[in-house]
Amino acid sequence: MGIYDPLHHINMWDDTYGCDISPNTGPSLISQVDTRQANKTEYNSQESLGPSSDNQEAKTMSEKLQRRLAQNREAARKSRLRKKAYVQQLETGRLKLAQLEQELERARQQRVYDGLLTTSHGLLSTNVNSGIVSFEIAYDMWVAEQHKKDNELKEMLQSQVSEVELRMLVDSGLNHYYELFQMKANAARSDVFYLMHGLWRTPIERFFQWLGGPRPSELLYMLMPQLEPLTDAQLVSVSTLKHSCRQAEDALSIGMEKLQQTLAQGITIDITGVGSYNSQMTLAMERLEGIENFLNQADHLRQQVLQQMSRILTAHQAAKGLVALGEYFQRLRALNSLWSARFREPTS
Amino acid sequence: MDKIQTLTSENGVVVFSKSTCCLCYAVNILFQELGVEPLVHELDHDPDGWEIEKALVNQGCNSPPVPAVFIGGKLVGSTNEVMSLHLRGGLIPLLRPYQTLA
Repeated sequence: MGIYDPLHHINMWDDTYGCDISPNTGPSLISQVDTRQANKTEYNSQESLGPSSDNQEAKTMSEKLQRRLAQNREAARKSRLRKKAYVQQLETGRLKLAQLEQELERARQQRVYDGLLTTSHGLLSTNVNSGIVSFEIAYDMWVAEQHKKDNELKEMLQSQVSEVELRMLVDSGLNHYYELFQMKANAARSDVFYLMHGLWRTPIERFFQWLGGPRPSELLYMLMPQLEPLTDAQLVSVSTLKHSCRQAEDALSIGMEKLQQTLAQGITIDITGVGSYNSQMTLAMERLEGIENFLNQADHLRQQVLQQMSRILTAHQAAKGLVALGEYFQRLRALNSLWSARFREPTS
Repeated sequence: MDKIQTLTSENGVVVFSKSTCCLCYAVNILFQELGVEPLVHELDHDPDGWEIEKALVNQGCNSPPVPAVFIGGKLVGSTNEVMSLHLRGGLIPLLRPYQTLA
């Protein structure tokens, strides 16, 4: 009853406006109104007392109300402070996220050279070779470009295109492979062992590796069925090419073995004590320089095989061959992804 | 150069080499596989080796100057040229007169 006293009501409002000078008056006012509504209900359920105790009751109720109002104000104040703190946290988080994104992009640009070495050697190398880093970036772009070229060639094969146009595309495709060999030659000057182990390639590709890349005679074996039908003359030419390629590969392999042997022998401790440490090391360094030559010869062989095949085949056959070659490497890489993911739990 | 002239005219297949060069060894292996026994002239064992090397470079054999292959008195080239020639099928015809190995 006292609560419905208009004067009392105005007093409550006075208190409200008196203490809450903040932009968030609205919501807190609402919450206060809500609380007040709850209070009203509360007080409504109370038994109405006699007129004699009205003032007493009003006084008690006023005190309780004051207390309740103060509590509300305090709660509202704390709520606003919490909200402010939360918003500040969000802002900081947003800045941090932007920073991390930048770092991630930089790291991606720089490539995970260390990660590659971890995969292949189980060691984390802190040597970040700039020549190798730029090779890896260039290689990623090369692979993407190769996909494009292979798809282009595939489309051309399915459409009515002239022999001349097709031959131009084939030449362009071949040149792209030659570009890779040039990139490799440049990178070999920075780190010959990186090239030797084919560290930019997937583990499955490296499984078939010969001197820093795929074995050219093996590629011929793989391509042959894709190119049928071939004329008798073509069959003879390809067979001869396969044979001479194999001979060249064997010669290079034997030469490489000789290099390894002489290198190992050259640096072993000379029990006669005649050889000096320094001269042995100098000679060993000279031999190591020879590795680069072998890698270059291996790529030269790959280039010659591609060139010769292009001469033996018609434009149409050569185009099919290039598409098959690109598909082969793509599938090897896809197989590698499947293999490395085989122990991962299904996400279903 | 005289020495080169002499050696290459008197011998069908000549490979100027260095004992430390394993690529020269590889080329030699290839020739043997093709039934030829070339004359291998080690420049580091020849007191005139340095002169010969200069002459070879002048004739176009550089990076590296060895192996330098001569067939029938004519310069064929280095490893690159030999390999290209072989894959094109042009090496064996050149070697035919000089094939001695079984």
